[in-house]
Amino acid sequence: MKKRVLGALACAAMAVILAAGCSTKGSSGEAGSKGASAGKKSMEVAGSDVTTINVWTFIELHQDFYVNMAEKWNEAHPDKKVKLVLSNMPYDDMHNKLSLALESGEGAPDVVDIELGKFPAFMVGNIGLMELNDVIDPYRDNIVKSRLGIYSKDGKEYGLPTHVGTTVAFYNEKLLKDAGINYQDIKTWDQFKEAGVKYHEATGKYFSCVETSASWMVNLMLAQKGGDYVDEKGNLNLNSKELTEVLEYIKGMQETGAFATVPGGQPDNEEAYPSYNTGEYAVQIMPFWQTSRFVNYMKDLKKQVAISTVPVWNENDKEVATIGGGGTGTAIVKSGKNAKLAAEVMAYIKLSEDSNREVWNVLGFDPVNTAVWTDKSLTQNPDNQFIQYFTNYPFDTLLKTKDSIGLLRAYTDEKYPSINNELCTVTLNSIFEDGKDVKEVLDSSQETLKNEFKK
Amino acid sequence: MKKFFYSKKIAPYVFICPFVITVLLFWIVPVCNGVLLSFQDVLKNKWVGFDNYSRLLTDKIFIKALWNSFKYMTGTLILLIPFPMLFATMLNSRWIKKTEFFKSVYFIPALTSVVVAGTIFRLMFGESATSLFNQVLGMLGVSPVKWLKGAGTSFFALLLLACWRWTGVNILYFLAGLQSIPGDLYEAASIDGASGWQQFIKISVPLVKPTTVYVLTISIYAGLSMFLESNMLFKGNNSPNNIGLTIVGYLYRQGVEKRALGYACAVGLILLLVVMIVNLIQLKVTGTFEEGRD
Repeated sequence: MKKRVLGALACAAMAVILAAGCSTKGSSGEAGSKGASAGKKSMEVAGSDVTTINVWTFIELHQDFYVNMAEKWNEAHPDKKVKLVLSNMPYDDMHNKLSLALESGEGAPDVVDIELGKFPAFMVGNIGLMELNDVIDPYRDNIVKSRLGIYSKDGKEYGLPTHVGTTVAFYNEKLLKDAGINYQDIKTWDQFKEAGVKYHEATGKYFSCVETSASWMVNLMLAQKGGDYVDEKGNLNLNSKELTEVLEYIKGMQETGAFATVPGGQPDNEEAYPSYNTGEYAVQIMPFWQTSRFVNYMKDLKKQVAISTVPVWNENDKEVATIGGGGTGTAIVKSGKNAKLAAEVMAYIKLSEDSNREVWNVLGFDPVNTAVWTDKSLTQNPDNQFIQYFTNYPFDTLLKTKDSIGLLRAYTDEKYPSINNELCTVTLNSIFEDGKDVKEVLDSSQETLKNEFKK
Repeated sequence: MKKFFYSKKIAPYVFICPFVITVLLFWIVPVCNGVLLSFQDVLKNKWVGFDNYSRLLTDKIFIKALWNSFKYMTGTLILLIPFPMLFATMLNSRWIKKTEFFKSVYFIPALTSVVVAGTIFRLMFGESATSLFNQVLGMLGVSPVKWLKGAGTSFFALLLLACWRWTGVNILYFLAGLQSIPGDLYEAASIDGASGWQQFIKISVPLVKPTTVYVLTISIYAGLSMFLESNMLFKGNNSPNNIGLTIVGYLYRQGVEKRALGYACAVGLILLLVVMIVNLIQLKVTGTFEEGRD
């Protein structure tokens, strides 16, 4: 009797497993085909003499942008027509797949978008990407230099930038005005801190956040001081005098009570958006692309937020006024059959004036080609959703910083992904959440990273 | 040919052949390969001897990950063995009506994907005053807590997620064990005047021991190899101060995120070693080896 029951149970179990197996197969197959139709895109190009170029991206928005621009290229260059075949993959998958393809020498695309944080990883050993100095030359004069610098090694440029990501200050003008503060009076970090205290006394709310899961403001303040995460020789330099000063200064801000950590640890986070949207926090120090987050996720602040230049330590000319933050570099795979043409086309798509207008119109980013920054029909276009959102013209602020956009040396260092990881998980949290001593924390982080790079 | 297939000597080998091949192909070969890789720097494609291991010993983050995994394992063992056993006994007794209903309610969480559950838990444990748990605290007059930023509170969240998800499964295991205990034992005990609690302690607990040992073994492994729960709860593999980093999380970070495959293999082998040692000690202590000899 028992045996029969057991047998029946076993049969039932097998049936269940079988059914489960089928259903997972079915669903994954479906997902696969769906993924393919949504992730893969191919241009329709008439004519016979057309070169096919494979492109990998990790942000789907970029696909439409590339296709639009490639169509313009084909119109202008009927003798060099191209057909883009685009594949979009999740961030991690794409970068992992690319590194495998480059290492094995098989299956790499012609063109690929590489995120800034991952870029240094592809600059190690035998570089599989093509040097782009020649194709950049025609546009070079108008392109923000530091943005080419972050995708380069030993003077050779390997990536075409998408945007500048100028770090700017987003002030909630309305809230500040109610508290009797004029954001235009804030020029230095000391004034920024003072304004914060005044605002906090008047409203009881926080002025700005102290970052723990990102380092936009920390990087900015460090660069302004002339500091860096690595020294000239490329050695780790986390417990430097400059970084200690910066973090101690921010800690001082936090101690006033006017500055506090924000849910999610930084302004660009789904938990943080509501905190700003409801007026819990009034100010963000963020790269310019935060505009798109404001327009999409902080809709209640429409016509309340002004974009201004970031504070500096003291107003002298030598100081780096601001830096670029985040970014995607488009690279060309060296071994590709059509690498040369691909490089030429992509340089046009990413760097020409036409394309840079679209970068602003569609994506709301600050274009790397500064020639378009002065075109009033573009920068003051009343139909543009970004211009409608903010209380002042964003480009007025950008133009003020145009010639002093710096960068950190560490951005191009192969150690940067790990440095950034340590900073945004351990260092900043220990200081601003657990209240540990700045110097001690930095020494310990330096030690951790040293151990990682011990070879 | 027919002789070959009908041979009593060969048939057993043919039957176990698929299993053996699978194990060899998908287990032994990767393990051996992993051992070899752990002595290499894969990116630079060269042998580095014991460098990966010596680096591991001084790697504070690895030690932290190891400690986190241990803490989590211990926590799950304390919560996920006695309580399910008790619940199973209650479900098995005559005091509770509609046991089918409770069984399925307890079991439903196990059918939910960890990805979905982890995401919901993350939102429930959000640090703003409007998140579920902070609202509950607010009603009690307590100010909002940054759940997922503190080591203690996030550990609580992880354990809660584990309990919510696995209690039902363990109840099923124990129910199966309890139902194989003959009813006359309890009858005799109650005639002798044993209380319900005494029956539980003196009859149920000793007689479900094989089940307990089984649950213990898989729980130790599951606890030490936990990754997905923490990955979902912290929205990625990077938690503040690495409070949610587990051994497997660290393996993933090194192998996939930082492309240090050789180092990741060393981490994996240490995990294998730790799990084996812990399990062997536990099996020894619970006397499983002696039973095998009988």
